[in-house]
Amino acid sequence: MENVAELLRNLDWSPLFISLKTGIVATVISFFLGLYTARKVVKASPGKKAFIDGVLTLPMVLPPTVAGFFLLLLFSRRRPFGIFLYDQFGIKVVQSWLGCITAATVIAFPLMYRNARAAFEQIDVNLVYAGRTLGMSDWKIFWTVVVPTAGPGIASGTILTFARALGEYGATSMLAGNIPGKTGTISQKIAMVIQDGDYGTAGVWVAIVLLIAFGAIVLLNLLSGKAMKNVKRW
Amino acid sequence: MEIEARIRKSLGDFKLDVELTSRCGRIGILGASGCGKSMTLKCIAGIERPDEGFIRIGDRVLFDSSSHVDIKPQKRNIGYLFQNYALFPTMTVRANIGAGLKGSRKENSLRVQEMIDKFQLSGLADRLPGQLSGGQQQRVALARIMAYEPDVILLDEPFSALDVFLKDRLQRELIEMLADYPGIVIMVSHSRDELYRFSDEILVMDSGKAVIHGQTKEIFARPRYREVARLTGCKNITGIRRLDDHTAEITDWGVRLRTERTIPEKAAAIGYRAHDFVPVWGSRRENCLKFRLKSIAELPFENNYYLLPETEQTSRAEGADCEAEDVAHEARNTVHEAVGAVPVPENRTSGETERTICWFVQRDRLPELEERGMPDYLEIREEKIMFLEDQE
Repeated sequence: MENVAELLRNLDWSPLFISLKTGIVATVISFFLGLYTARKVVKASPGKKAFIDGVLTLPMVLPPTVAGFFLLLLFSRRRPFGIFLYDQFGIKVVQSWLGCITAATVIAFPLMYRNARAAFEQIDVNLVYAGRTLGMSDWKIFWTVVVPTAGPGIASGTILTFARALGEYGATSMLAGNIPGKTGTISQKIAMVIQDGDYGTAGVWVAIVLLIAFGAIVLLNLLSGKAMKNVKRW
Repeated sequence: MEIEARIRKSLGDFKLDVELTSRCGRIGILGASGCGKSMTLKCIAGIERPDEGFIRIGDRVLFDSSSHVDIKPQKRNIGYLFQNYALFPTMTVRANIGAGLKGSRKENSLRVQEMIDKFQLSGLADRLPGQLSGGQQQRVALARIMAYEPDVILLDEPFSALDVFLKDRLQRELIEMLADYPGIVIMVSHSRDELYRFSDEILVMDSGKAVIHGQTKEIFARPRYREVARLTGCKNITGIRRLDDHTAEITDWGVRLRTERTIPEKAAAIGYRAHDFVPVWGSRRENCLKFRLKSIAELPFENNYYLLPETEQTSRAEGADCEAEDVAHEARNTVHEAVGAVPVPENRTSGETERTICWFVQRDRLPELEERGMPDYLEIREEKIMFLEDQE
């Protein structure tokens, strides 16, 4: 017990804040981007749908290091796009917090997109038609009818996206690196202290990650359960 | 208000090609499932786009392929009642009714309240659609449509998913609720009862085409075509061979039909409603049909008898002016003469199911049948015969 107390007292809490910030920002970006692309893909023709869906889902099935490799190719400051971003806008993705966000978003986005798409496809198309004949704009139908009706699917997509973004390791370590206080996320911290044989510190971080992940899932389940209590679906 | 619609649309092998022009306020579209009736409604509402055509309501052109007019469904001012009502599941009744309203917040809530009162939804305003019964859902759906005062209301099979008991009540309610609605209502259904009850004019559709359009009562009384007769609920439809102005052979039934009125020249078949047969005991009269009993279905208020016709040689022998096939048939009949009546051979005519005759006997007439047994013949009453043409 005393060891744990000692550990907690001397703990550098920066990985927690970096991970949380990264997870939240990546989830927010994925949420809107996921809904947007899911809506586009649901409406697309079957051929187009298969192709776009493939591209959007790839980051989920590839090893994160492969995604990291492509991200490095794109954003490296020795390559045209990376140079362009830095020279024109002063944006530095590699070895920066922006890199953390980029990596987490790319890896977690497909979860949001796929869940939203599945939920949208379940929606009775007559709801959309009814909205149109009632004079509602497509935009209004989407936000007031489609998204709420797809609520449970979207909520579970959000949970999974957050959980995945929070724990992202492979692509993050390649693109953002593990700079303590800057890009050092919890998962990278755990890997690092394990290499040093510091199982105590690793254990503390593991416990924290477990708590956050579990808490987020329970919270969202409660929220979506309450909102959906009286809604009958088929 | 007048509606004019000419719609052409291909969907794979299916071709929709209908025309409807009417000044009538209550129009029914009758047709079997998959005949294109819902697609017609969707084209009028702007949910589906015709390949070619013209749609006008009053003096507003909604669609015209020749001048590339295609008003969005949002701007057509046409209400559409979906079969499953399509209420927004996450919105309360109140929010559903107000969903499409464009006015200020205050105007909208007044309008919604007006609809809630009119459709007797006051206790339900804050419930979600999932908490309502089928009848209540229909009222909400209709209130939602009425709230924004459409020029036309389209009803797409509004009762087909309901059980009989509820169906009857909702039909009555719907007719009452629409009673003071001044615009055009078009109801699509495969149920003749629904449409007979609801519509003054009827359009009958068969595989993507409008077969006939006219006054509902007139069409039920004189369906004109086989498919129309079938859709209006005629159970017995069979081909005839017209011999002269007053005689025809009902081939499958083995009956030589003699009539007072002139048989129309184009008549290729007759339709005869199942409750119009008259039982005859004893000796055979004119226009009588001999049969054997195939099966009985006992229903609460009537018995349905399914009969197979038996041909009679006497009427056969007279019909000698026929083709070779018939002669051969004649010969077979002669062989069987000693045995008595012979069923029509299967290979010559339609299958047994098509030849089966339905005879409905109301409950109050059953005692007579029980007392005297099955009749020897069924008489076909001339005035009840509907002569049918083949469609061009």
